[in-house]
Amino acid sequence: MRPLIHLRNVWKVYHLGDVEVRALRGVSLDVRAGEFLAIVGASGSGKSTCMNLIGCLDQPTRGIYRLGDADVSTLSVNERAAIRSRRIGFVFQNFNLLGRSTALENVALPMIYADVPFAEQRRRARELLAAVGLGAREQHMPSQLSGGQQQRVAIARALANGPSLLLADEPTGNLDTESSTEIMELFLRLRRERRLTIVVVTHEPHIADYTERIVTFRDGRIVSDEPQAPSRHATQAVRA
Amino acid sequence: MSLLWMTVVTALRALRRNVLRSTLTMLGVIIGVAAVLTMVSIGRGANAAVQRQIQSLGNNLLMIIPGATTANGVHSGSGAAMSLTMADATAITKECPAVADVAWAKRQVVQVVYGNQNWATAAHGVPPSYLSLREWALSAGRSFDQRDDAGANAVAVLGQTVVDQLFEPGEDPIGATIRVKNVPFTVIGVLARKGQTAWGQDQDDVVLMPFLTAERRVLGTKILGTVDMIVVSTTAADALPKVEEQVSRLLHERHRIPPGQDDDFTVRDLNEIAEASKKAREVMTNLLLSVASVSLLVGGIGIMNIMLVSVTERTREIGVRLAVGARTGHILLQFLVEATALSLVGGAAGLLLGIAATRLIAYLAAWPTLLSVPAAAGAFLVAGAVGIFFGFYPARRAAQLDPIAALRYE
Repeated sequence: MRPLIHLRNVWKVYHLGDVEVRALRGVSLDVRAGEFLAIVGASGSGKSTCMNLIGCLDQPTRGIYRLGDADVSTLSVNERAAIRSRRIGFVFQNFNLLGRSTALENVALPMIYADVPFAEQRRRARELLAAVGLGAREQHMPSQLSGGQQQRVAIARALANGPSLLLADEPTGNLDTESSTEIMELFLRLRRERRLTIVVVTHEPHIADYTERIVTFRDGRIVSDEPQAPSRHATQAVRA
Repeated sequence: MSLLWMTVVTALRALRRNVLRSTLTMLGVIIGVAAVLTMVSIGRGANAAVQRQIQSLGNNLLMIIPGATTANGVHSGSGAAMSLTMADATAITKECPAVADVAWAKRQVVQVVYGNQNWATAAHGVPPSYLSLREWALSAGRSFDQRDDAGANAVAVLGQTVVDQLFEPGEDPIGATIRVKNVPFTVIGVLARKGQTAWGQDQDDVVLMPFLTAERRVLGTKILGTVDMIVVSTTAADALPKVEEQVSRLLHERHRIPPGQDDDFTVRDLNEIAEASKKAREVMTNLLLSVASVSLLVGGIGIMNIMLVSVTERTREIGVRLAVGARTGHILLQFLVEATALSLVGGAAGLLLGIAATRLIAYLAAWPTLLSVPAAAGAFLVAGAVGIFFGFYPARRAAQLDPIAALRYE
């Protein structure tokens, strides 16, 4: 079976003034559909850059990136936007909800850009908020919600157009331990229910422990890529 | 549809978020639209007033008066000579095919007495055709006819101003006997009010009497048949230049004026006088309109400025929208709609302000004003166009943001 994510010898080079920054130096990675994967590494190791590439927010300087059947490295700005719209959901460290919109409107936002009819937007947004346990908070503004609740709204938004890939960049970075556990459990449940492929970028080992595979970045290269048994004790470890 | 609707809702929300800033931004457009509407209203009001004055003279008239404005280089007052005659008038009727009707008048300022009231006014000796030519209706009584003229009957038709001066309010002047230069006249009719001419002369301060009556019994004359004025009407406005040429050629022949020598008569196109004053007002209106347009332009620059600020402030929001699948076109549309909403709301407020200002000017300065729906619609649309034009650059900047940089923006 072809992998969902296929990176081959990918380079990403920035120019900051006269300084050349090699954020990725020949990264190769395959992720099969349905995998739950953690990308770990120190800050500046290239893990966020890699995540942006996988999320089609950016394009590689060199190398091949295929997402499913699409060769992302050849796509235009709007073609990549279309892929983000239909096939990828993003979850950010700082939630990135629209502050002046209700929880329901935030969840409906991606559907507006996917030309979903208004009534259908409402219906699906309600369903998704209920699925993340916020059915009673539809009309709340982000400022009226706790951090964990905001992140759950963000997850519901990421699922709005039924993507196959969920990308989470430090999803628990701004949350307390209890909320972190809730969010990771939610990822596990959603993955099971919706057959999602989930990639989590994190620097917290106990978050990585929830996943089946840990890819470690250092200086723009993958230095280790190891499967692991998703530990049940992860839950206990967090709680302890 | 739902996309556009959401975009409009988002735009209005963004404007409501910062009412003071939005209002200040719109001020330029508000003032511009209000100024345009007010200027056009005043201009149109003035033009309508001029139009009414043209109508009051009678349509498509040429006036021929004796004496040239200059004779052999010496300037003489027109009307000083007695070079025009009734015979000239009848000749014009016969020889000039483009002429519809002809009338003439002999004029003099006279003292009119009724009971113990007296009033100095202009007595006009005219043929019966004069009233129809000037399109002058009667408000009471009758006009004099061919028989009155032929018999030099002492009958008079009074202008409204003369009636007001001589008679008590409510008194019926018809049948009353007045004395014009001591000659007793029977009042047979009263003219409908016409108001002032474009050059400010009271047209109602007049006593009309049959031409022969005036010539033989009241005004007197050195040479029989001379007139102070010939009025010629044409069938259509565009025939005026042709008639002017025909009349001039005929009078040259009849007065035996060789080419190169100055005329002993002057032909005046009454429409032209009114048109000239209308043109002067139009120049003024256009001048003020262009000043108002500058305000719209400045308003547009204000919108561009505030939209650039807004794009910077909302960089993260733009990043989020791009991340969840918005295309560059979606972002462009959103900010364009916001800029256009600013300018259109400003335009609507400007229309209300313009209407209020127009009313106020009409009330305070007593100027004639006329609101114009096309001008209002035009000003509103121009405001919208200003929003689109000046909103485009900020919107394009927003649309071209890099999603990663935008998401990281603090």
